[in-house]
Amino acid sequence: MKARVHVMLKNGVLDPQGEAVRHALGALGFDGVDGVRQGKVIELDLTESDPEAARHNVMQMCEKLLANTVIESYQIEIL
Amino acid sequence: MRAAVIVFPGSNCDRDMAVAFERATGHAPVMVWHKETALPDGVDVVALPGGFSYGDYLRCGAIAARSPICQAVAGFAAKGGAVLGVCNGFQVLTEMGLLPGALMRNAGIKFICKSTELDVVSTDSPFTSAYKPGQRLQIPIAHHDGNYTIGDADLARLQGEDRIAFRYADNPNGSAGDIAGVLSENRRVLGMMPHPERALEPRHGSEDGLALFQGLVGLLETA
Repeated sequence: MKARVHVMLKNGVLDPQGEAVRHALGALGFDGVDGVRQGKVIELDLTESDPEAARHNVMQMCEKLLANTVIESYQIEIL
Repeated sequence: MRAAVIVFPGSNCDRDMAVAFERATGHAPVMVWHKETALPDGVDVVALPGGFSYGDYLRCGAIAARSPICQAVAGFAAKGGAVLGVCNGFQVLTEMGLLPGALMRNAGIKFICKSTELDVVSTDSPFTSAYKPGQRLQIPIAHHDGNYTIGDADLARLQGEDRIAFRYADNPNGSAGDIAGVLSENRRVLGMMPHPERALEPRHGSEDGLALFQGLVGLLETA
């Protein structure tokens, strides 16, 4: 079973990298980009076969390591 | 006074930190590898040095904060042990939850390596007692992720509890409240982005960092 974790900065946390990307897009002539937020995607190969148990385990992983919940939020997809 | 300096794969200021402690105390600190599960007996202060522990993978300091030795450091801090985290060490302390907030990419995106002016805010800690409130220090910074980020309520709490150790005179990285260094609730854990161990003698351009290490000597020995 696979899980995919999306980690994004929380709303309201300034994202300097996203801002730099937005400026670069503007410089390339891509108008109409109001905002850019940059995050990360983490894919996990799990031995667990029960989706609910897998989700529970991955949530623990997010809380303990994969996301810094002071500044980041996360979403879990079980695939 | 006995100091321990933790060494992670990717630490690169551990030897500078050792020199600073040796200069201040006359004794070389114990260097402790990240895979150790306990601190040596009789340690009074633990330092987490600067560098790029674990290649800054995932987030700066994130992997180091979950390393075996950091479990021991957390236990040491919980018993009132003095812990100093500089630069990457500060990032590790926030990732461990020993200090509030987080260190994000510098607001201007760039890695900044230069001397900065700091104002001493709180002198109520073993690390800052040798300074005077409001004293202006010259201490270098060298970081990419030093933008101290904290919620408004937590920031107000830090201010209310006099837990801001240092502020930048001219904020280089976007840090909330111009914060360069913060103290834990029991005032015995200090995290700071600037490098006091790089300001020990005139040839460094400034000697202002030495007092931080010298101040520890008397306080921790009488404690």
